[in-house]
Amino acid sequence: MFYREAGQFKTTYSADQAIFPIRQDRWFIAAVLIVAYVVVPLLMRGREDYLYQAVLIPFLILALAAIGLNILTGYAGQLSLGTGAFMAVGAYAAYKLTTAFPDLNIIVVFLLAGLITAAVGLMFGLPSLRIKGFYLAVATLAAQFFIPWLFNKVAWFYNYAPSGTITVPPRDFLAWQVTGPAATAEVRYLVVLSILVVFALIAKNIVRGRIGRQWMAIRDMDIAAEIIGIRMLPNKLIAFAVSSFYCGIAGALYIFCYLGSAEPEAFDIILSFDVLFMVIIGGLGSILGSILGAGFITLLPIFLTNAPQILGFGIRADLQKHFEFMIFGSLIVVFLIIEPNGLARLWQIAKEKLRRWPFPY
Amino acid sequence: MEFLYNFFVAPFLDIAGSPVFFVEVVLTGLLTGVMYSLVALGFVLIFKASRVFNYAQGIMVLFAALTLVGLMEHGAPVWLAVILTIVVMAALAVAVEGLMLRHLVNQSEIILFMATIGLAFFLQGFGELVWGSNVKALNIGIPDEPLEFHGVLLSSFDLIAALTGAVLVVALALFFQKTAIGRALRAVADDHQAALSVGIPLKTIWITVWSVAGVVALVTGIMWGAKSGVQFSLSLIALKALPVLILGGFTSVPGAIIGGLIIGVGENIAEIYWGPAIGGAIENWFAYMLAMVFLLFRPQGLFGERIIERV
Repeated sequence: MFYREAGQFKTTYSADQAIFPIRQDRWFIAAVLIVAYVVVPLLMRGREDYLYQAVLIPFLILALAAIGLNILTGYAGQLSLGTGAFMAVGAYAAYKLTTAFPDLNIIVVFLLAGLITAAVGLMFGLPSLRIKGFYLAVATLAAQFFIPWLFNKVAWFYNYAPSGTITVPPRDFLAWQVTGPAATAEVRYLVVLSILVVFALIAKNIVRGRIGRQWMAIRDMDIAAEIIGIRMLPNKLIAFAVSSFYCGIAGALYIFCYLGSAEPEAFDIILSFDVLFMVIIGGLGSILGSILGAGFITLLPIFLTNAPQILGFGIRADLQKHFEFMIFGSLIVVFLIIEPNGLARLWQIAKEKLRRWPFPY
Repeated sequence: MEFLYNFFVAPFLDIAGSPVFFVEVVLTGLLTGVMYSLVALGFVLIFKASRVFNYAQGIMVLFAALTLVGLMEHGAPVWLAVILTIVVMAALAVAVEGLMLRHLVNQSEIILFMATIGLAFFLQGFGELVWGSNVKALNIGIPDEPLEFHGVLLSSFDLIAALTGAVLVVALALFFQKTAIGRALRAVADDHQAALSVGIPLKTIWITVWSVAGVVALVTGIMWGAKSGVQFSLSLIALKALPVLILGGFTSVPGAIIGGLIIGVGENIAEIYWGPAIGGAIENWFAYMLAMVFLLFRPQGLFGERIIERV
């Protein structure tokens, strides 16, 4: 009824190739952005920061990391378990940069940290030219264990702080304080949101362009891709670099806008698995899916923790922890059985249904 | 300069200075390696038969050990507890096949991998829910005394563990080579569809393989648990087994054994002789780096099936 493309004629190529060619999609995205930028901050005025700090900020940051991993795993087909380590590289690079050059704009610091992470990712992507599949996944685990160890052992990385942790210094962007203990949750939320929106848009454009198509060809069948003239070396390495760039920025935000201070242990293998879950649950090869998956995986534990109180039966805290693990694990399995293509596929099915609604076909 | 000396000269001087100690280091490494091999074996069995990269193997080790200790705490004698635990692991195999694998047939490998991570979460919660999450001591009466042999010190426990591992490997090899089920397993590993078309029941095969992997997990759990107590960190040895796997090849049982030995020895030597030069605690990543270097020369691992790609 409302979701029809009938009557929307395209008269130029650029209109036909737009990211959202259907008018209703554009309205929907605009509505989502208005809610995110205007309605949420207005609603949150004068309340506690719990929702920002526990839900929205980690959700947005991990969505960025999930987009990064999805570029590598979902589009280029290279399985990686080292996301946490690459996020750690971004976090420590941003920390070193901003303490060495305090006057540098914080956004520039984030971008440079992303570039440094891209270089590191390139290095760990080199084995992908020789090995693939699970062999490669285990090889990326080398990064996951080596990099946090390095950050723990070499005191230069945490500026010889006696505690061994890095603490974010206060930094301003234009008139607002973005990082440090005095930065308000609202400002941090808006910064993270803006970065996510910009980079999601860039990612969407990369994956539907020439490079993205080459990645997908490599993912679907690397030999065939090679035969039609797609060069493995630069394409795989670019995938690793772009993916690490995203993860690096996400890692920098994770420290600067979310945790405030951290040790390398914040970026352990559990974080890598969480991001991988987001990508799989959201849908491999879908930017929107990464964001949906991040929402699902961030909200699920919070929901499971609070559900017993809401439903009105209290259980012992340690028992509840075990139940959370069990329910989380089973939900993952059930979800994979019901919809292996993820939330993005469900969204697509919903749109198809909506086009025909209220008629059955 | 000092670092270069510590890195390139001092370790070799140490080795030359005290060869007996070096032999001890190598032997200790070999015995640790046997433990790694046991964990890797569980992975290989399941990967061979069902192309599932079973991340839950580490948790299965913990789960088996927890069940065993729990039963023994309730007063069951060792032999009964072991038998009951094997029954529990077999029941787990049936449940995994019926509730999870059967519904995920024909999915891509990464989906199956993620499903086993989900299974790992579930088992962790379930095991600790039933048996509690405090550290438990596992004592099934294996003597742990230092033995001296031509001036080389060894622990009798490690020797028994190595022997058990060897017996298990021989038994598995016989099982795979000589029995009808073993032949069926190898057929399934080669080609699911061809195996189905000659009438091999895939369901039974999967249950068998997961049960055997459960038994391997139990043996591993007993060995590691008796050494360092039954606790959550036991499940992390799965992460230790992964470099063993890529070193030996995902599909090779001898590869898992030899890979485990190489990693065990390499790790021990590196930690003792090179650890001080670069800051210690390198055992977390050293195995991975070693395996990665190997991979650059042999992408399918030492004994993995040669990767032949056809279009």
